[in-house]
Amino acid sequence: MDLIDILLSASFWTAAIRIASPLIFATLGELICERAGVLNLGIEGIMVAGAFAGWMGAYSGLGLWGGVCVAMAVGMMFGLIHSLLTVPFGLSQHVVGLGVTLLATSMTYYAYRLALPEVTSPPKIDAFQPFEIPILSDLPLIGPALFSQTPLTYLAFVLVVVVWAVLYRTPLGLALRAAGENPAAVAAQGLSVTGIRMGAVIVGSGLMAVGGAFLTMSAFDSFFFEMVNGRGWICIALVVFGAWKPGKALLGAILFAAFDALQIRIQQTPLGADIPYQVFLMMPYFLSILALIVMSRRAEVPAALMVPFNKGER
Amino acid sequence: MAKQDDVQKRAQVVLRLDRITKTFGALVANDAVSLSLHRGEVIALLGENGAGKTTLMNILFGQYTADSGTVEVFTQTIPPGNPRAALDAGVGMVHQHFTLADHMTVLENVTLGTHSLWKTNLDSVATRAKIVRLAEEFRLQVDPDAIVGTLTVGERQRVEILKALYRDARILILDEPTAVLTPQETDDLFETLREAVDLGLSIIFISHKLHEVMAISDRVLILRHGKMVAEERTSDTDKHKLAALMVGSEVHAPEVAPATPGPALMSLADVCTPDKGNAPGLKQVTLDLRAGQITGLAGVSGNGQAALADLIGGLIQPESGTLTLEDGAHPNWTAREAVHSGVGRIPEDRHKTGTIAEFDLTENAILESYKDAPFSRRGWMNWGRAEAFTREVIDTYDVRCPGPGTRIRLLSGGNMQKLILGRVLESEPRIILANQPVRGLDIGAVNYVHSRLLEARDKGAAVLLISEDLDEIMALSDVIHVISEGQLSPEFARGTMSPAELGVWMAGHGFEAEPAHAS
Repeated sequence: MDLIDILLSASFWTAAIRIASPLIFATLGELICERAGVLNLGIEGIMVAGAFAGWMGAYSGLGLWGGVCVAMAVGMMFGLIHSLLTVPFGLSQHVVGLGVTLLATSMTYYAYRLALPEVTSPPKIDAFQPFEIPILSDLPLIGPALFSQTPLTYLAFVLVVVVWAVLYRTPLGLALRAAGENPAAVAAQGLSVTGIRMGAVIVGSGLMAVGGAFLTMSAFDSFFFEMVNGRGWICIALVVFGAWKPGKALLGAILFAAFDALQIRIQQTPLGADIPYQVFLMMPYFLSILALIVMSRRAEVPAALMVPFNKGER
Repeated sequence: MAKQDDVQKRAQVVLRLDRITKTFGALVANDAVSLSLHRGEVIALLGENGAGKTTLMNILFGQYTADSGTVEVFTQTIPPGNPRAALDAGVGMVHQHFTLADHMTVLENVTLGTHSLWKTNLDSVATRAKIVRLAEEFRLQVDPDAIVGTLTVGERQRVEILKALYRDARILILDEPTAVLTPQETDDLFETLREAVDLGLSIIFISHKLHEVMAISDRVLILRHGKMVAEERTSDTDKHKLAALMVGSEVHAPEVAPATPGPALMSLADVCTPDKGNAPGLKQVTLDLRAGQITGLAGVSGNGQAALADLIGGLIQPESGTLTLEDGAHPNWTAREAVHSGVGRIPEDRHKTGTIAEFDLTENAILESYKDAPFSRRGWMNWGRAEAFTREVIDTYDVRCPGPGTRIRLLSGGNMQKLILGRVLESEPRIILANQPVRGLDIGAVNYVHSRLLEARDKGAAVLLISEDLDEIMALSDVIHVISEGQLSPEFARGTMSPAELGVWMAGHGFEAEPAHAS
């Protein structure tokens, strides 16, 4: 009974879409990297850096969109570091990715202390406010869920369509996907595999950072350590869940977010009183793993994912 | 008048390489190589591995920058080191290892890189129309919407050619194009090439198969050790002359004396193995490997050769049917048992499964026998014996290397294969599984490997020779089977089948006529 009430409540779906938004940005970012053949494990750290940079940008008076741009730029900078090491130098993508995560996280904390040496609790900013789209937001259930969100959420949904269109409807997308399938084919056509892969990692990392910024600028209005809390790793799984396709990845993000929103609400029902709350916290991850196992069995991994390409080598 | 025009066009030089020199350290890969290609002409570039053919083409395509010399396409000098320049000037290359993305469609593969990356749409309607038109014009039948991974090797090659034609290539370079084709597919390819020449294209055909060079080319250029040593009109020369020019001396393929077959050392009866992804398993295969006989297995790659090789090597077990050796049936057949029963394996891919690149020669030489005396006793290695064995192999099999401590990846393919050959033959195997034993080797090494296999046969070993090269199969085998989709043809004795007849079997025909097994 309770469960059906929850699933039919507008506030549940509103929360689910809100929780999904940062995941959508970061998953799209990771998807772009992986489609070009580079696994970017820097995602977790880049989200932390983005969360801080966006919030700090807005706090220093650049405005909310200015903050989003700062986050994007910081993300792209870490993307540049990552891609320089993994693409032209061909270093291990696992090691570089984890290194970037550690570097970005600790540099963020350092920057935080440098910028705000004496505060005990971080200052708040005027975060993005929900913007109700006329008429559409009056629809039952999906109105509040989809059309009474903050502008960043709308942007996330628009980006899904944009990324899909670029990947499947433009020569650039074709070259990017080919770089992840058979880089030799790209090189044989006189295109630069290095350029394409680096570009993909840089842009993808920018999107990851915007995903992080969503947390401090839209979901909440301040920055805390441990705020990202493993969301980056979830996005890596969501890319697999989505079989490297933007639409399916969007579904995965919403599904995971719905599990998350659901467990918070179940905790508050009488059932929640009898079971330790950690079980509920675990639920979205557990269900995601199950879904991942089911969904990813037939997925086609980009054939050249994690394979460095050196021109002139066979 | 028209005739004169024709002559005029033929005389037009479309590509000229002028005194190209390229060195890698002490190695001179190309030494002042010059060539010119005329409109509507097919020239063959002939040479052994390492003769400098690939380097020359890589210079043309801007992958390497030449130390000196110039490249001219349609009288325009091409800037060195720019991969796009040759493509844009109208030169198309069909690489030996296809540069196709398997998960993408034919259409996507053909379009890749032809539009500016910043164009906002792919315009697939016009693209499709052009592909269909080209396919008809050049007789290159292929479905634009098929996923490349599902196509046959012959079809993939057509996609590669389409890619070049789609970019309006006027000059086609084909690097070892027939290595992976059946005789019929080769005929189709030649048909397409003649079509292209009639339409005014010019072709450089890189190969070391002499009869194909004779069949398709107008002129033959021979490269040896980086130098252009000869240029012959195809009509004025013959295979023997070309072979001699290619290696620098008369070539003597090993004499094959008639075999004296003994009893079957290994017999398969109605053996089936499961399919593995796209690779078919064996379908009720019956096969006898007799002592003192070379059994050739012909077929297009990916038709069950891998399954048969894995089965004989003990890597997989029969799903049904029986495997019998001299000492009876072996129901629990494993790799360990295969080695102990005297099966010697020359693996298909010497880099992937034959050797461990970072190990030295000694370690590689005892890779299959390190657990046995004399190389190890009671769990301890005896490196002295291992090294002595390796030195013996190096001497006997003429492995050119600095010493047994050299890492094997530093050896050339031919020397690596000689070490593997030594490793296998020194254990005096009763049954030898030779899977693509000469792939990628030059003629000298090929002849060496072949004569050693014949020697082993004459000593009474049963040899199974698996090869995609029909010429090799026909030259060496006492009996031939063809494999297609995991089915095995009947046994054909030496000389009873022509290449065309075997080609029919390789294409999968003839098997239906077999009385169906009760299933």
